[in-house]
Formats: sequence, C-alpha cells, structure tokens
Amino acid sequence: MPDLLIELFSEEIPARMQTRAANDLKKLVTDGMVEAGLTYASAAAFSTPRRLTLTIDGTLDASPTTVEERKGPKADVPEKAIEGFLRGAGLTRDDLEERETPKGSILFAKITKPGRPAADIVAEVLENAIRNFPWPKSMRWGTGSMKWVRPLHSILAILVAEDGATVVPMDVDGITSSDTTEGHRFMAPGRFSVTSFDDYSTKLKRAHVVLDATERRDAIWNDATNQAFALGLEVFEDNGLLAEVAGLVEWPVVLMGQIDEDFLGLPPEVLQTSMREHQKFFSVRNPKTQRIERFITVANRETADNGATILAGNQKVLSARLADAKFFWENDLRVAKSDMNVWLQSLENVTFHNKLGTQAELVNRMAALARELAPAVGADPDMAERAARLAKADLSSEMVYEFPELQGLMGRFYVEASGEDAAIAAASEEHYAPLGPSDDVPTAPISVAVSLAEKIDKLCGFWAIEEYPTGSKDPFALRRANLGLIRLVLNENTGVSLSSIFRKSIHGHLNDLLVRQVETELNATENSFPASLIASLHNDEIDTFKELAAAKEDVYDAELQMAGIKAKAMTRHLLAFTHDRLKVYLKDQGIRHDIINACIAMDGNDDINLLVKRATALNEALQTDDGKNLIQGFKRANNILSQAESADGVEYSYGADVKFAETGEERALFAALDMTEPTITSAMAAQDFTTAMSAMASLRSPIDAFFEAMQINAENDTVRRNRLNLLSRIRTLCSSVADLTKIEG
Amino acid sequence: MSTSTPRSFQEIILRLQAYWASKGCAILQPYDMEVGAGTFHPATTLRSLGSNPWAAAYVQPSRRPTDGRYGENPNRLQHYYQYQVLIKPSPPDLQELYLGSLQAIGVDMDLHDIRFVEDDWESPTLGAWGLGWEVWCDGMEVSQFTYFQQVGGHDCTPVSGELTYGLERLAMYILECDHVMDMPFNDPDAPIPLKYGDIFKQTEEEYARWNFDVANTDVLLRHFEEAEAECEVILSQAFDDPKTGKRIIMAHPAYDQCIKASHIFNLLDARGVISVTERQAYIGRVRALSKQCADAFVQTRAGGFVEAAE
Repeated sequence: MPDLLIELFSEEIPARMQTRAANDLKKLVTDGMVEAGLTYASAAAFSTPRRLTLTIDGTLDASPTTVEERKGPKADVPEKAIEGFLRGAGLTRDDLEERETPKGSILFAKITKPGRPAADIVAEVLENAIRNFPWPKSMRWGTGSMKWVRPLHSILAILVAEDGATVVPMDVDGITSSDTTEGHRFMAPGRFSVTSFDDYSTKLKRAHVVLDATERRDAIWNDATNQAFALGLEVFEDNGLLAEVAGLVEWPVVLMGQIDEDFLGLPPEVLQTSMREHQKFFSVRNPKTQRIERFITVANRETADNGATILAGNQKVLSARLADAKFFWENDLRVAKSDMNVWLQSLENVTFHNKLGTQAELVNRMAALARELAPAVGADPDMAERAARLAKADLSSEMVYEFPELQGLMGRFYVEASGEDAAIAAASEEHYAPLGPSDDVPTAPISVAVSLAEKIDKLCGFWAIEEYPTGSKDPFALRRANLGLIRLVLNENTGVSLSSIFRKSIHGHLNDLLVRQVETELNATENSFPASLIASLHNDEIDTFKELAAAKEDVYDAELQMAGIKAKAMTRHLLAFTHDRLKVYLKDQGIRHDIINACIAMDGNDDINLLVKRATALNEALQTDDGKNLIQGFKRANNILSQAESADGVEYSYGADVKFAETGEERALFAALDMTEPTITSAMAAQDFTTAMSAMASLRSPIDAFFEAMQINAENDTVRRNRLNLLSRIRTLCSSVADLTKIEG
Repeated sequence: MSTSTPRSFQEIILRLQAYWASKGCAILQPYDMEVGAGTFHPATTLRSLGSNPWAAAYVQPSRRPTDGRYGENPNRLQHYYQYQVLIKPSPPDLQELYLGSLQAIGVDMDLHDIRFVEDDWESPTLGAWGLGWEVWCDGMEVSQFTYFQQVGGHDCTPVSGELTYGLERLAMYILECDHVMDMPFNDPDAPIPLKYGDIFKQTEEEYARWNFDVANTDVLLRHFEEAEAECEVILSQAFDDPKTGKRIIMAHPAYDQCIKASHIFNLLDARGVISVTERQAYIGRVRALSKQCADAFVQTRAGGFVEAAE
C-alpha cells in the first residue's frame, strides 16, 4: 500500500488564501483518485507561504481491474448481426461465450478493463487539479499560459512504497515533477530530495520550515503570551491577525518591543488599529492600567543578533506610524475642544451621494428625524437632535480620514472632549449599530433615536432615487440597514407606524430632488435668457415669455403633486421590502413564511412589533391540534362560501339567524360563535393575540361537528342561505385575527 | 559587488543603476514629463504591451500634489523619486534578482527580515492591474513587486515583472535618517555636502502652496479638456503618413497627452475642486485615453505589430 506525497512550491501565496488552498488541493486530488479507482486510507494537507503540501496514506499500486459482462444477440442470429455487435463493443469472436438461458442460447461478452498504475492516475489527476485550481485570483507569468496564484516553481510528487520512493513523472507547462524541494528562503537555501512524508517534514524542519500552519500559530501564540506573561502583561487576542501572521512566515520568531512613552497617551483602540492594520503587530496590554504598552511582531527568521536589528527596524517604523496617529489625535482634540462647527461645516463639502446631497444635508435630515422619533423611544428630543447633528462630525477628523474603521469611536471621544453629555457622545459611536445580524442593538434611548434616524433616512433616500437592492447587488448595504431597523424597532418593543415615517421621509427626499432639479433648470433658463435682457423684450415677446414661464410653473406644480403619489407608492414598496426582510428574520426564529404572510395581509402591518406579536401568537396556535384543524374547517367554510357567492352573485353577510337552525350541531355552532365573538373582539382591541387565537381555535370542534352533520345546500332555500350566512360569520370572525387563506397545507 | 553601507541618497541610486545594468537592463533616463509614478513612463506602460522582449531600469521623479506637506512631514513629499525596473518576460528568478539589489544597496540579508506581503496592484487611470507583493524589510514597505496582467485594457502576453522602489523611504531606512530633509544627498564628506533638504525643502514649500491654494483651476480644467481632445485627434489620424508614405502611428505623442491629462487631474484633485462623484468620471476619461493609446501602440512595431509579407 504505497503513500503519496505532493508539494506545489511557488512564490509567496497570500496569507488569507493558504488554508483554503490546502483543503482544495486535498479535495481535488483525493476526489480524482477515488473516481479513477484509487482508494486511500487517510489524507492531510498543509500550507506555508511558499508551498501547498498533500500527503495521502495507504493508496493502491494500481486501480483494480474491472470485468463487465454484456449481453449480446442470440446465438442463432445471422452472422452479420453478431459482427455488428462485436464491432459496436470493440470485441472479437473469442471474447464471446454462448450460454443457455430460458430464452434460448445467448451470446455474452466479457469486457475486462485493466487497472491503471497509480502513478499514471496521480499524474493525470494532479495536472488537472493544478490547471483548474479554484484560486480567488490567479495570474500568468513569463511566457507561460498557465495560471497560479503566484509563479509556480516546482512540483514534488512521489509514491512511497516499502522498497523506496519513485517520482510520479509529469510535466505541467514546462515544470517537471521531482522528489526535491527547498527549505527556508534565507536560512537554508538550496534544494534537497526527500523519500517520504516523515523524511520531508523532518528535513523541512531542519531547513527552518514549520510545515503545519496550526503548529506555527500555536507556537506564535504560546511564545507571545509567555513573553508577555513574564512581564506581567497580556497579549490582545486577535485570531484573524494570528492566522494571517502564521501565513506570512515559515519559521516564526516572536519579538516583543516597546512602544515609545510619547504614544502611550493615545486611546488603546488607536494604538491597536494602527499597529494591526499597518504593521500586523499584536498589542500587549498592562492589565493593571489597561494601557497598551508593548507590541509583538513575528519575524520569519533567526539572526545572529537575536533579532535586535529586526526589532529596532520595526520599532522605528512603528514610531513613524504612531507619530502620524498622535499628530492626528492632538490636532483633532484641539478642534473638538475649540469649535467642532468647523467639522460640521466641512461636511458640506463631502458628498453623501450625488443625488442625495452632502453629509451636512444628511445630518440635517437625521437631526429632524431623531427629534421626531425621540418620544417613541424615551429620549429627550433636544438631546436626540443634538446627538444626530454631531454623529458624523468625526468624518471630518484627520484620524478617521487615516483610519476609516475608527469612525464612530473617534466621534465618541471627540464629542465628549468638546464638553457634550456622555449620552450624546455615545450616540456617535452607537448609531452605526447594528451592523451585522449578530451585532448588538443599541439600547440607550438617544443612541436608538439617532440609529433609527440614520437607517430610515438612508432607506427612504435610496428608495426615492430608485436605487433598490437587486439580486446579489446591494452596493449601499440597504438590506443590512433594513434588518438593523427591524431589530431596533423590535428591541424597543414600541408601536411605530413605519408607513407614515417612511412616507414623510420619502416625500421630503422627492421634494429635495425636485428643488435641485428646478434649481439647475432655473440656472439653465437664466443662462439661456439673461435677466438683463428682459428689459429689451418687445411687448409681444414679453407675453410669450410670461406664457412659457407660467407653463413651467404648471409643470412644476404637477411634479409636486406627482411627488405625493410617488411617495405613497414608494412607501408601499419599501414596506414590502421590509416585510421580506422580516420574513427572513422570523424564519430564523422558526416562524413559517405563510404564517407571516397571513399576518402581513392584516391592517396595521407597518407596525412591526404588532406584526411579530400576531405572527408569534398564530404560530403558537397552529402548533396545537385545535389550531391545525381549525384551519381546515375555516378553509372548507371559506371555499363553500366563495363558490356559493360567485354562483349566486351575492355576498352572504346578512347575519344568520338561529331560528332557522335545524339541528343540534347547527345550534351548537351558533352558540359557540356567540360566545367567542366578544372574546375575540375585545382581545383584538387589546392586541392580545394569544387570547384571540386560542378563542378562535376553540371553534374547531363545533365547526367540525357542523360539517360532519350538515349539508349546506339544503332544499329549503331559506335554510341554505342561513347556513351560508353562518359560514360567513366564521369567515368574518377568523379573518379579524389573521388572513387564514394564506396558510398553506 | 560592495555590500558596505552606502553613505548618501545618490550612492543608493548609483548602486541600483550599476546593479540593474549588470543584470542586463537598459538604464534609461527619467521621462521628461510630470507623472505620478514611475509606471507612467512609456518605458513601462507602453513597453509592457505586445510580444517584444524588454528590460529597462530608470529613476523617475514623481509628483503627487495631494501628498505635499510643505517639507515638514518627515516621510511625505509632493515630489519624490521612484526607481523602476521592468523586465518582459518576467524571468523565473526575479525574486532572487530583486533580493540581490537589496544586498547591493547595503541590506545585510543575515540580519534583516524580508517578507513578501500580498498586494494587488491596480491603476484605474491606466486600465491596468497585476498581482504581487509589497516587500517588507523589518516591517517597512521598501518596494512594490508586480506581475502585470493587463495594461490599457490589453492582456499582457508575455507578462512583465515590475519592481518599484520608493527611493527616499528606502534610503532613509538604510542611512538611518528620521527626517527626509536631513538625509545626505551627496557624500557627507564632499567639499560641499548637500542634504536632501538643501535641495528640496524650498521647492516642497513652493509647490505645496501652489498646489493647494494658487493653481488656477479654470486654466487646469481647460488644459485637461485640451489634452484629452489632442490625444483623440492624434489617434484619429490615418496610420500611413501622407508625407513620408510610411506607417507612422503616433502612439507616443498621444500617450504624452494622456500623461498630461492624468497629472492635471491630480492637480485638480489637490485643489479640492473635484467631488467624489466627479472623481470617478475624470478617472474614467483618463482611462479611456490610456486604452486608446494602448490600442494604438500594439499596432506599432515596438508594440509587436508585424507587417504582413508582400
């Protein structure tokens, strides 16, 4: 049972792609081998910056020989027919065997497919894998046409049997396979040959290469935490950074350096961001003071001076970086403390979106919305407005220009430094949340008001300019904003009618668009007809001029009215979009889409809290036996009624009378309806959906008994109509709770 | 080759010139126009197109008006030097050749930590992209290393390997200077020793003031339009020159106009008169020019065009 060792050796593979690539190599090769009949016992894949390695244990020398039997014609058919069969199957007469069967004597052919040597199969599968490798981005180099993530230099491919290793011969675009590889680029240059995976990994380690990324990662983390621990410090955990750094080195050497005293006053987030983003350094913090005092860098080699030169270099680069950050921080603080209006004014020069105006205009809209929404979320309107006005101020700061990922957080620092209330400052940071589905929703009232304002304005703005998300395209992250809005509203648990808020905001946006358009047109008119020339017009020309101007006014008026209708239509469209998001959200909470649809079809569906309460109650009711069967009863009643109504051309809604009831079941249903009607009505008025739904579910047995015993189409027309009117009562009552026709099944 | 530590900015440049000359590159001179990076030199953009082999190295003065800091920031300049190497097809040992150049300028490979860190290169104005790395020396980016995949919208076949050294930053590191203006430009023991600041401090101030506050944006806007129009006029001419009767496609004169438009765009950007949305439109216009120039160049002999035999 030979083993197989493959190594694809290239120039430096991007760190973020290595692990995935190793797994892809494993899958492509093992799948290909198995498909060709080469089974194996186990396989493992590894990666370093310069190599992808695959080791496969316990495969076969060759794929097994297979024998296939094919049934031919009867033995007594004309010779021509037999020749035809032989030609088609690519056989000779000798391959045929005559066998007696119940249907007579029949010719059978035995087709033997000989197995193929493992080396042939591996060469074919590996070449295929190399040529079709799923790199996220690949390139050509030199004069070749082959693509790889970076230039591929060598292929090691050996089959290892008890009697030694043999190279799997292959040639991919001029790269010939061998049994050799290279060690560390600087510490152990030169090629060497290997005879097995054990030999390979041992020799690699001797040549200063740790093959296993997990081993490198663990070594880095252990060494880093040990060095920090020795000084009573702790390393800031950052798994993303750890994985990346482990992908940048073959021989990790952890070095800890000091951060210059000058920079220790910077906020820890600034230090951490600057070090991580620019230098890929870990931050080391003093647990007593919570200050970041040192950094950890991971070099790719040992040196005679124990890394002193490397560390000094890194320290110097860091100091230059932090000097920039400190410069930004101090300048920004100076502005924040003296007059933050400078930043607010400069937002006038920053475009939010070319059709939706500047960041300053955005802030104005957010301020108005935040003020309006404040009472509903328990925030002080003045404070909410102030917080919204300041929420984007940090976008003008130098720090955020340099590190966009610090937006919000810097705002919080700067707004607080300017002397504002801490709750107002917090909104600068928190109004961006929630960003992802697992991100926390803000709960501080002012932050909630500003966050809602930001999301509503964004959604309504992009709806007004008809930039909806389509398919996979959502460049303005509107789905995320919408989900954020939903989660905020649900978390607040207050009734907010989204329709009127949406309509007002969209209408405002449409008017702004119109004003901008008119302004441009006016400019155009002025340009085409200078005001200074109006005096030179003849009388008849003045009349025409006035007529044309009036016609323009009319068009403008019509446009204004149109904006009103458009706002309504767009609001419905945005609400439907919100309902779709809500469906996805509730589906994750285990509520079926048809249940949500049944509730969306009801009035008040723009109040998400109400909608979710209704859906939750309906969902619970439908879990019960009564609930499930009630749906069937309701549907039956509804179908019969609808058919009768369309056949008779009338609507049966006069109110049934118990005096025409003929049987006990019929009277029982009357009684049940009389009893549940007031319960449901008052529960619905109190938005107590659970009570309403369980009362509704209690109708199940009288309805079932009614259908069991009765024929609706009685011969007596009065009795028939009375029964249809009775069904109508069921329909009306149930439909006041949810649109049960939408329930599937 | 000497691996002692160089003593001045110019010594580093001279050593790079000598090194790449010894590796067979044609040592070209800077292009005589304002450009934002060494890549804009036609010896890189145009010559990376077509099938003809190429190997060139040169210093390119580069201008980035928005980076001006009146000569006060230790690491930022609006005018600086790049060292550029372009070899087509990219040789298999380009990484080793590059590392050799670091050794040549005094980087001791046994003491320093050199790393190739993923960096995809893209130039929206040139319609170009490539894959490669930024090269780190002890955590500092000292070069860009790129395998060109596409230039001016054309696939690069064969692929060129491009190396770009930011000379000031690299030299500051080797010469252990904390402020660019303090860096010795010529030999510190020369009869008249000159520091970088002696040569460039004043010009940094002058250009920063002009770039940020004085440059006449109306004139610049007009120049942009003119360069764009001229480029298109040049390229609309028939391939065959009526006077000489020869096939003369004016790819280079047209490309000069493209460079000009690109630089004027940078100046306008520094003056802050281009909004975020307009920005994209301007970049698109320059890209359209560079694509047309690339289209024209591949029709020339230098661009690999072979006239059909009679």
